[in-house]
Amino acid sequence: MKTHLLYRGRDFDWDGPLPSHHEALIQDLNLETLFGAMAGDDEYLHEAARQVMLKSFSDDIETIQYRQAILQDVLQNTAAVQELFDLAVDANERKRRQWFGVLGKYPMGILAGAVDVLQTLMDVVGKLRIFAREKGRNFRSEGFVTLFKMIETELPEEYFERIKTCLRELRFSDGILVSAELGDAAQSSQHTLRRIGKVKQGLLKRVFSSDGPPSHTFRVSDDDGSAKVISVLRDRGINPVANALAQSAEHIGSFFSMLSAELGFYLGTAALHSKLTKQGVTLCFPTPAPADSGRQTCTNLVDISLAITAGKAVTGNDLQADGKNLFFITGANQGGKSTFLRAVGLAQTMMQCGMFVTADAFSAALCRNVFTHFTREEDVTMKSGKFDEELRRMTAIIDGLTPDSMILFNESFASTNEREGSEIASQIVCALLETKVKIFFVTHLYELANAFYGEGLDNAVFLRAERQTDGRRTFKLLPGQPLETSFGSDLYKEIFAGAA
Amino acid sequence: MSNAQTRTPNILFPEGLGTPATVFAEPEFFRDLNLDQIVAAITAGRESYDLKPLFYAPLTNLDQIAFRHEVMRDLENETTFSSLKAFSDRMQAMRRQLTAEKDYRYQYQKERAVLGAAHDYCEGVSTLRRELDATVPRSRGLLATRDYLAQVAESASFKALAQQARAVLDELAKVRYCVLINDANVTVRNYEDEIDYSAEVGETFDIFKQGAVKNYRVEFQEPIEISHVEAKILDFVAKLNPAPFAALDGFYAKYPTFTDQAILDFDRGIQFYLGYAEYMAGFKKAGLSFCYPQVSDVSKEIVSRNSFDLALASQLIASNTTPVCNDFELHGEERIMVITGPNQGGKTTFARAFGQLHYLASLGYPVAGTEAKLFLVDQFFTHFDAEEDIKSMQGKLKDDLHRMHGILEKATSKSLVVMNEIFASTSLEDATFLGKKILTKFGELGVLGVCVTFIDDLASLNEKTVSMMATIVPENPSQRTFRIARKSASGLSYAMALAEKYRLTYQHLKERIAR
Repeated sequence: MKTHLLYRGRDFDWDGPLPSHHEALIQDLNLETLFGAMAGDDEYLHEAARQVMLKSFSDDIETIQYRQAILQDVLQNTAAVQELFDLAVDANERKRRQWFGVLGKYPMGILAGAVDVLQTLMDVVGKLRIFAREKGRNFRSEGFVTLFKMIETELPEEYFERIKTCLRELRFSDGILVSAELGDAAQSSQHTLRRIGKVKQGLLKRVFSSDGPPSHTFRVSDDDGSAKVISVLRDRGINPVANALAQSAEHIGSFFSMLSAELGFYLGTAALHSKLTKQGVTLCFPTPAPADSGRQTCTNLVDISLAITAGKAVTGNDLQADGKNLFFITGANQGGKSTFLRAVGLAQTMMQCGMFVTADAFSAALCRNVFTHFTREEDVTMKSGKFDEELRRMTAIIDGLTPDSMILFNESFASTNEREGSEIASQIVCALLETKVKIFFVTHLYELANAFYGEGLDNAVFLRAERQTDGRRTFKLLPGQPLETSFGSDLYKEIFAGAA
Repeated sequence: MSNAQTRTPNILFPEGLGTPATVFAEPEFFRDLNLDQIVAAITAGRESYDLKPLFYAPLTNLDQIAFRHEVMRDLENETTFSSLKAFSDRMQAMRRQLTAEKDYRYQYQKERAVLGAAHDYCEGVSTLRRELDATVPRSRGLLATRDYLAQVAESASFKALAQQARAVLDELAKVRYCVLINDANVTVRNYEDEIDYSAEVGETFDIFKQGAVKNYRVEFQEPIEISHVEAKILDFVAKLNPAPFAALDGFYAKYPTFTDQAILDFDRGIQFYLGYAEYMAGFKKAGLSFCYPQVSDVSKEIVSRNSFDLALASQLIASNTTPVCNDFELHGEERIMVITGPNQGGKTTFARAFGQLHYLASLGYPVAGTEAKLFLVDQFFTHFDAEEDIKSMQGKLKDDLHRMHGILEKATSKSLVVMNEIFASTSLEDATFLGKKILTKFGELGVLGVCVTFIDDLASLNEKTVSMMATIVPENPSQRTFRIARKSASGLSYAMALAEKYRLTYQHLKERIAR
């Protein structure tokens, strides 16, 4: 029994580690804003969103399309999916309440606990079968169709009944029969639980009478410890059965927890969809392209975190840059450079986990990883200086670097003087360009940007934050040569206007 | 059952050269050279063999060393190694059961323990005999052992023992019984082909057993001894199955003892080699090398390539790093290496490695590195700064000089001395003066040595001394290394130096990304 709503034919690895750079990614791309919009105050949904968004970078195009189809089903059947989700959450809750029995120290207790849990979970499984039969036909995506079909074929009526009978019999009303052999210290070993009165085919059960096999009966009691000894013998026989039942209970339990987590991600995404649609933000399903395609095009791409915070539609940017892998973004302060950088990173991240993006159209080559290297406020807890801290984060990125990665730099290496910062940044960019890495670099380091501009590279794009002659910003980025000043004086004027 | 005509083999020493006296106390220099840690690691898990005295007795003769090298080379054959390992396991199992027999209270348990021990003994001996016949060892030690084992295994008494043990075991294996538990009523009878209920249940719930799930099986403590209730059940099982239990009684009465002392001695001796082979394997897995040293008792031409401190390397490997290996050589008149350089540069480590190499070579073991020419040392001396000493500076200096004097009294031209930060407790002037005096004396005596010091002047004392300098790798200060060349000033700006440190320059990145 498997859900497989995030991958065709396999589970999502909820317990695996997040990518090493996930903390930087969350901070730099404002991902918390996104998680918040998807989950509200629900910690469970928050975690589902976080896990799926941060762990999907190595998935292929087929997986993205598989999830996009499921998401479309969820958008069209949100109420029914919510019902399914509630069913799964109910199962999780029941299992949680009764699980303590399974955690016992003795097989007899573990078995009894597992039988209890299974009996109550089979109840929910029964409801799930009814749901699949009644509402399954409204779903079109491969993921949901497979799930509902699996429930039908793996749990047919007669098998369902057989399980119920077996659970009843495991209460052992006629006593427990255990067979044993002699171990290497003449102790009992190879304990095996046997079915009373049922023998292998071809052998008749002998009548238990005076001419039957010789036997010897005695009574045990708690007083002389003999009952305890016998319970150990019994437990040895029951051990594998208790194990099988507890594992089954765990399996069915994990089926439901997998189901609720996977649906949690989709329901969060659907909530985000509905919120943004109400705000008038244009959404589309992106077109993922192979990693080596060099695809990078978009129309009216918006920073979704800004749109959520603003509560309305915001300015978007267009980019037609297929085959480019080096983007230098320079120009006016407060001109939308960081916003654009975030928009690119967020759209890439959302596309790769199967979500929609905030653009009229978006298509990009897959990236195996998205890294961010953003300038940070100086951390007071840090022992070393700011430049040292920047280099430390950079070296961590290099450690985790894989081919086909995307790295977003935001005012990196500006915490030393311009000449040294440019020199180090340029060595890093040069080395990275010789691998399959896509670089977006927002910078004030004129020496750096201009040096690359002077090279006349085919694969490079230079964008500039626009400033109108009166100093006002449009938040639009246009192609343009790096300029020597970043219009800090404008900002100064704006902030200090009328101050003196 | 040993045959009077058979020579009793010895796996540790060649014939005719005698064996050194047994030493029970750990030599003084063990701790300074970290040999105590090394020996503890080699003998770990083999405590019951009491192997440590073997490590306190270095060999004095080149043929003894060659004899042990031969055995170590035989152990390089994986088949031979695992044959000997399996043999040791059998012998361990035998001893465990013989000990248990003494503890058991119930007769059938005592009898079964002796039967098991005898079976393990017979299997161990005949299997090793067969396997040594097939793999054809080359060492004198294992060849003699093989011949001895053949003699034992072919004897009539041994054959009878093995055959009877097997027969009784087979009989007992056929016994199968059932216990029916219904509340307080317990019924015992023989097994009547009832079907396996756990298999049936397992099948019913099979479809829910996918993927990795937790194991809910309870681990039962294997009982050392059965309880009176189990004894009661066992007695009844014996009544249901009289023949096998009568055979067990008979075996126990017939064989109160059955082991051969020479075979037990071999089992202990071979641990000296197996322990070291396993110890080396841990380093080899981490990419480090061992080699058979070319040991001389005349020439003091010393060569070592890619050697390392075994004790430190163990710690580093445990934390997933590997030590830096070193090369050194002494030619002509050169006798003493004088090591200077910054702290934490691995100077002491180097000095220890030098001592360890020679000591382990004198035990007849392969040593760290890819190549080694070493000298057969007669005595080892160390002089390490005793940190916890609370005496006054003057008192300490006096102590140091006394210890040095003591070493000079005992040392011969064939001795080895490792000195670590000598005379650190006095003024530079005094330390230089005394250091020169002492080194000159050691030089005249001709001992081999290493001297770790902060006094640069000692490094260029005379033709007997060789100057070596420890340097720190700038990119990774935690990595200890040795370079004879001095570090040149980098001349980089501060920012560039930081980039160097984090290995973020173009050259570094090219190497890192290419991985």
